[in-house]
Amino acid sequence: MSIALSGGQAVRPRRKSLNIWVEGGSALLGIALLIWSLLPVYNIFLVALDPDEGEIEFDGNLWPPQPSLEGFRSVVTQQARYLEDFWHQFGNSIEIGLATAVLTVLVGSLASFAVSRLRLSRGPLLINAALVTYAIPASFLIVPYYRIMHAYGLADNLWAVIAAQVTFATPFAILILQLYARLIPVELDDAARVDGATALHMYARIYIPLMTPALAVVAIYALLLAWNDYLYQAVLLSTKHMTVSVTQGQLFEDVDAPYNAMMAAAVIYVLPPIALLLAFRRYVLASLFMSGDGRT
Amino acid sequence: MSGTQEVLVGAPRFSVKGTGRPPEHRPLRTVETRWALAFVAPYAAVFIAFVVYPVAYALWLAARPSLFAELVSDPLYLPTVINTLFFVGVGVNVTMFGALLLSGFFLRPRWWIRLLLAPYLLPWLIATVQGCVSFHWMLIDQRGFLDGLLFALFGIDGPLWFNHRSLAVGANIVAFIWKWMPFWTVIFIAGRMTIPREIHDAAAVDGAIGVRRFAHVTFPLLANLYLICTLLTTLWALGDFTTAYLVSGGAPALSSDVLATLGFRYAFDTAKPGLGVAAMLSSLPVLIPIVIVLMRRLQIREVQL
Repeated sequence: MSIALSGGQAVRPRRKSLNIWVEGGSALLGIALLIWSLLPVYNIFLVALDPDEGEIEFDGNLWPPQPSLEGFRSVVTQQARYLEDFWHQFGNSIEIGLATAVLTVLVGSLASFAVSRLRLSRGPLLINAALVTYAIPASFLIVPYYRIMHAYGLADNLWAVIAAQVTFATPFAILILQLYARLIPVELDDAARVDGATALHMYARIYIPLMTPALAVVAIYALLLAWNDYLYQAVLLSTKHMTVSVTQGQLFEDVDAPYNAMMAAAVIYVLPPIALLLAFRRYVLASLFMSGDGRT
Repeated sequence: MSGTQEVLVGAPRFSVKGTGRPPEHRPLRTVETRWALAFVAPYAAVFIAFVVYPVAYALWLAARPSLFAELVSDPLYLPTVINTLFFVGVGVNVTMFGALLLSGFFLRPRWWIRLLLAPYLLPWLIATVQGCVSFHWMLIDQRGFLDGLLFALFGIDGPLWFNHRSLAVGANIVAFIWKWMPFWTVIFIAGRMTIPREIHDAAAVDGAIGVRRFAHVTFPLLANLYLICTLLTTLWALGDFTTAYLVSGGAPALSSDVLATLGFRYAFDTAKPGLGVAAMLSSLPVLIPIVIVLMRRLQIREVQL
């Protein structure tokens, strides 16, 4: 990533004293930003590394006097209270996240392909209808969702949460895919049509391979949406189908909770998305810069 | 777009395999239209089953004037509306303006600033629930990390954050800013990078640098992006349940709730689903204009490209 900046060389002598202020100011700002960003993260580690389970007290030591991996050990071996089912719940979270990602990519790419490449008349109407989904924030629909999932026979079922997440992820997915699809020349489709390719061929052989970066971004977006969700998982799921998100959210006020293990579990839970984003950072950055391009 | 297709399809070299007349347009279109309809069908099904039906159901649940009378007479409702206005108004504007300014900071050509971007993005990468719980524990009372830190460093007793309504609402706002400012900073960095270098050079020749360059060159160029992003964040903030529910938890005595959490409590804690939906949907007068402006802006962009 090379960043071109202008004006750096055109500094005149009388600006030198000003420059010292600018450099000093940005150093201070940098330190402030570092503290601001890391303080809550540091707090998570401070509690997670505490050898005693019932402690969130801060005793004045900036570094735990006896850092211990006891919290992590009791998570991995599922010996702490509330965390007996940790790996099962973690599996549920992964199942919801992956299913949301796969279905969002599938449903979103099919719809976006039909609108952008098959020139479906009234296609733009569909895009607008999709965007209307965001007119009512997702959390405002939790009550009707609770009722209709019972009506659909999906009470206490992971698929209820997956359906909800796919619903809220797909409009954004369609928007991103529409923007990205413009970069693929239509002539490719026309050439394929000449060769007698059906729409399905064009989708599978041209659209999907060329759209891979955008599809990866959409998949990550959907996965993160599901991974960050609390409300839908808390309301639509109960005991057997709990997820990590729900357990961590519900038990944080219990004075008897094994705090160090809970925060160790939190550290374990936040790692997969970070690893994923690091692995795909080139795609993510590229698409961000593309969408920024489209908006200005 | 369709012009290109017309040219290609109608070009003479295409008709070699046919009988000399141009290939038939209509059958091709209808076959493709059928495919297109089949491809759109899954999303249409999702949309009807999980958007149209729940929204209609919500409107039906809340469509009783008596519910709104009950809402207004509830002493919790009006303070919650004020909290929501503060949460959205302050949270969104500080987030967006801060992100806009910081995007300029992060584009300064210094190696350490580029390194700083990684820890700065961490709040956005950390799952929402865990971030909010950490905020809650940091502020829980005098045993919390922040008050402990204040005492260790400066010897002062920090306040009991969740015993005062204004401090609790403020804590929610700070958690919201902490979580979302990094994301929008990245978006604005992307936006700023698309501004051609020549524009800034030309502005520098005319003496527009520093604050003047920001006010007269950078900001006008980013204004549309800024507006769209601000409206999107406003929608998200209005619907933000997790922050208020997990950071302050409504403390003290449900006085720091926002509409999303109050509606949730009505619906699930006191078993009044209609009232819960009515509380949430009472923000429609704010939501609908935002969505209309947002859709217009997005359409204008579609035409421009």
